[in-house]
Amino acid sequence: MFTNQLSLVIWTPIVAGLLVLATGGDQRATLARWIAVAGALAGFLLSVPLYCGFDNLNGGMQFAENLPWIDSFGIRYSLGVDGISMLFVILNSFTTLMVVLAGWEVIQKRVAQYMAAFLIMSGLINGAFAALDAILFYVFFEGMLIPMYLIIGVWGGPRRVYASIKFFLYTLLGSLLMLVALIYLYFQAGKTFDIQAFQAIAKIPLHVQILLFIAFFLSFAVKVPMWPVHTWLPDAHVEAPTGGSMVLAAITLKIGAYGFLRFALPILPDAARELSTIMVVLSLVAVVYIGLVALVQSDMKKLVAYSSISHMGFVTLGLFMFTGSHLNQWAVEGALVQMVSHGFVSAGMFFCIGVMYDRVHSRNIADYGGVANKMPIFAAFMMLFAMANSGLPATSGFAGEFMVIMGAVQVNFWYAALAATTLIFGAAYTLWMYKRVIFGEVANSHVEEMSDVNKREFLVLAVLALAVLGMGLYPQAFVAKMHLAVNDLIAHVAQTKL
Amino acid sequence: MDMKSLYLLIALSPLVGSIIAGLFGWAIGRRASHVVTILGVGVSAALSLKVLYAFLTGQAEVFNAPVYTWLTVGGYEFSVGFLVDSLTAMMLVVVTFVSLMVHIYTIGYMQEDPGYQRFFSYISLFTFSMLMLVMSNNFIQLFFGWEAVGLVSYLLIGFWFKRPTAIFANLKAFLVNRVGDFGFLLGIGMVLAYFGGSLNYSDVFAAAPALAHKTVQIIPGVEWSLLSVTCILLFIGAMGKSAQFPLHVWLPDSMEGPTPISALIHAATMVTAGIFMVSRMSPLYELSDTALNVVMVAGSITALFMGFLGIVQNDIKRVVAYSTLSQLGYMTVALGASAYSVAMFHVMTHAFFKALLFLAAGSVIIGMHHDQDMRNMGGLRKYMPITWLTSLLGSLALIGTPFFSGFYSKDSIIEVVQVSHLPAAGFAYFAVIAGVFVTAFYSFRMYFLVFHGKERWMEKKDDHHDHGHDDHDHHHGLGPNDKPHESPWVVTFPLLMLAIPSVLVGFFAIEPLLYGHFFDGVISVNAELHPGMEELKHEFHGAVAMGLHSFTSLPFILALAGVVTAWFFYMKAPQIPAAIKKNFSAVNTVLENKYYMDDLYFNVFAKGSRALGTFFWKVGDMLLIDGLVVNGTAKLVGAVSKVVRKLQTGFIYSYATTMIIGVLGLMSLWFWQIIAR
Repeated sequence: MFTNQLSLVIWTPIVAGLLVLATGGDQRATLARWIAVAGALAGFLLSVPLYCGFDNLNGGMQFAENLPWIDSFGIRYSLGVDGISMLFVILNSFTTLMVVLAGWEVIQKRVAQYMAAFLIMSGLINGAFAALDAILFYVFFEGMLIPMYLIIGVWGGPRRVYASIKFFLYTLLGSLLMLVALIYLYFQAGKTFDIQAFQAIAKIPLHVQILLFIAFFLSFAVKVPMWPVHTWLPDAHVEAPTGGSMVLAAITLKIGAYGFLRFALPILPDAARELSTIMVVLSLVAVVYIGLVALVQSDMKKLVAYSSISHMGFVTLGLFMFTGSHLNQWAVEGALVQMVSHGFVSAGMFFCIGVMYDRVHSRNIADYGGVANKMPIFAAFMMLFAMANSGLPATSGFAGEFMVIMGAVQVNFWYAALAATTLIFGAAYTLWMYKRVIFGEVANSHVEEMSDVNKREFLVLAVLALAVLGMGLYPQAFVAKMHLAVNDLIAHVAQTKL
Repeated sequence: MDMKSLYLLIALSPLVGSIIAGLFGWAIGRRASHVVTILGVGVSAALSLKVLYAFLTGQAEVFNAPVYTWLTVGGYEFSVGFLVDSLTAMMLVVVTFVSLMVHIYTIGYMQEDPGYQRFFSYISLFTFSMLMLVMSNNFIQLFFGWEAVGLVSYLLIGFWFKRPTAIFANLKAFLVNRVGDFGFLLGIGMVLAYFGGSLNYSDVFAAAPALAHKTVQIIPGVEWSLLSVTCILLFIGAMGKSAQFPLHVWLPDSMEGPTPISALIHAATMVTAGIFMVSRMSPLYELSDTALNVVMVAGSITALFMGFLGIVQNDIKRVVAYSTLSQLGYMTVALGASAYSVAMFHVMTHAFFKALLFLAAGSVIIGMHHDQDMRNMGGLRKYMPITWLTSLLGSLALIGTPFFSGFYSKDSIIEVVQVSHLPAAGFAYFAVIAGVFVTAFYSFRMYFLVFHGKERWMEKKDDHHDHGHDDHDHHHGLGPNDKPHESPWVVTFPLLMLAIPSVLVGFFAIEPLLYGHFFDGVISVNAELHPGMEELKHEFHGAVAMGLHSFTSLPFILALAGVVTAWFFYMKAPQIPAAIKKNFSAVNTVLENKYYMDDLYFNVFAKGSRALGTFFWKVGDMLLIDGLVVNGTAKLVGAVSKVVRKLQTGFIYSYATTMIIGVLGLMSLWFWQIIAR
């Protein structure tokens, strides 16, 4: 539609965010809300042409923009998307719209600031996915954390300070090491921060590759999060407001996995192969161990947070599934499908918990019971998301897990067997929670007073439900876009730089 | 209308009904909801009959084509697609006919339930899912249908979601099925990985013979036959869905759901999905005697030992449930004996007479005002003549009375196991022949307790609520002055309609199904290795001869003995079962506790997982990662910063020094690079 579509997708929400901020205090909250929803909607609509105008037969970067930024260091404002990042730009813009709607009348204090934080974060995240310059990526990647800190810190729960500090500690170390790695690669690639130039570097000795891989790993694994650097996530989720949890689960986690497939894998193929067994083991620990931990949670948000970690284990599992020097295509595409799907499903789950929290002001499973008696429509929606979270076929939750498991059988039967335990544990923790919260007799007077979803909540639930079902029934719509980009990735990783 | 549209119409019309009743039931009301769903299923049933007729008369051709592309990966296309051959055609008719009867019956059974529209929506959704399962032409859609019927089963077992027992039972059913699906999915993975990278049945079956001797190393250094591993993994899925030992534990509890779905899902159709799947995969199973032995052993244990449990049940639905388990065991034994056509034959006859028995039990439950305890019944024959007669016919079919439909299918199973050469066949034969007596005994124990003898609701004491979780909180039952009365026509009409095939279908179907050409090219049997069906064919001289001959056979004598024993124990000398119960209390306790399988699973797996989860959480996450590393680091940072704070002098030169050190560090990195080159 426009020649600089990606810039529009990045800067429209940010400008809208600044406009929202300009409305000032809470006396003009309604105006702030409407500007926010207009900005989010504009951002989403502007991202749609990325999908419609995407050329499935072109494997390179599309919608590219390339301008000088800091010339003396060869840093450029270079944007472009392939079939992988394009999907996440759209997913992010979509989620932002949902989040703005989700926070509509729930947030009563500092409305403008709340909405602005999400809009600005949305633009920054789009930037991280679209950046083709490593420093530009780094700026967006770090920048998007600031609104998230604020969201948790200002609108969060009672232990928000602990949660933010924990998050900060985890993130700090990795980020700095990644910067060092990027600077090293800058020199190797001939004084450019161009990511594709990084990928084209012909020779990097194995021990250097491994050091660089560890630097990237520390940065990205925390974001995913992989076991054992995952413990910040449950705390962050518990403290974050509903919208924060939705973005955190749906988008922020994906950036970690995206980092692996944009940097660590294609730039450092030998290290990736060398360390793939460790990555697979960590991923399987995430699937099994975290699945069991999720089972015993008494806090709904913590439960879904652990469930997120377990589902993200499938993503990292799929990204490091090697047969010889080749990544398994099933597993890689499965990982990507899982990432998109988890965006819809986790947003749905966290929104459902938010809907209940707004009424009862508790996240404890024990404080609920028999919600279906009072909120039948809500119960039906939550059933759908719970089933998607359990990986039921015809929901989006199935396709990714299925593809990763199919890929894993081809590589090593036991990887597949351990991964497939999620069929049992995933269903166990999700449906057991559902049973205790939704089914049964009305448990107490708080549940007795619950009223079914209002129109706004219905809208959010229905849109997310359609996304979950649509992707489950026709994943081809997503997968067809990513084939060439994935082939490209596999070809890069199959090379050796020794 | 071309065939593809026809098959689409068969599959989708129940879905349309389900969506209308589910989403708009609140607006269109009860009557319109049941009309629209019955219409949907009715269209399917009529068209299915047409399809089956075409196959029976040899006018139909096998249809195998994709509908739409679900996914492409690595050059391989997954499509949602239909395979309609004689096997599918038979299942179409069984599913849609029983479903239609259950829809009609539901009008009467659920008339007072506030979830009326929701119930119709669910059973139509189930019908759609089951049709997708049986019409699939590939493994992935099979798995879709497989999980979708599981989902609807979950929703329907927990239909009365206020009841703690119901929501426990539905979670249990879903999770136990997931254990089966775990194996099933890995089996599908093996198929995709080794059978030429396709999941279409036709491609896989074409690739299989060449792989008969291929081995894989699942455990490094140990060579296992690829086909055995694959078939056993797939069979684990069947064990879950078709409730074979040791994954049978969910089926008795599924009786918490409303009776119509016990008939439709947990007796006639969904639970036979595993049997259908193995029959569909006969080209694979024929290549692995190991897998066939496993199948046969699982079936034998289920057939006999689940029958025993039927003897000690007092809840009318649970007797029928254990009977279903036992009959599913019979079907599985037939699969193990490579008699896939016999297994499918029994699937069909069983669907009719077991749906009949369940719906009749439901009619009794209505008559008894929702009391399910047989100890409070008795003498209902007078009050509920149609229910009585149809129950009797169903029971006679179940125990294998000559000329009834169950006789032809069950006797064929017994005969084919007798001539099977597999190592497991000896045990299997003992199990199925002993099972005949057990079946007759528990069936007629139920029959006599319910329809004959004293009218015990008159003398009912209030202490019948003491039998554990068999109990239901909505029991009110008949008072001493109430009289049970026959159910309305919407309930009795389906009973009569099901009674007809229960009696007749075996007589007419045995010859074309087992010894004709109906399943030619669909079910494949290696007659050299597994000659059972060939031998039976030589001995078969028509349905009449088979019926007459059986009067002198062992199964008939055992069945008769079972009926007579039940009559003697429960009509003539009720002190005998009481005495047996007392003198063999250990056996009785084991049976009443269902061999302690539930306790084992609950205490070991459910509690074990939670204990492990708690351990990982408290020790792994909280103590080690958070306690030691994260908070440790935080403390370390705190300690270091106390020192570092002293560096923050506020003087510009000290900051400049730090910067220079940093720049030097980066530069040395750069120099090191140059030197390294």
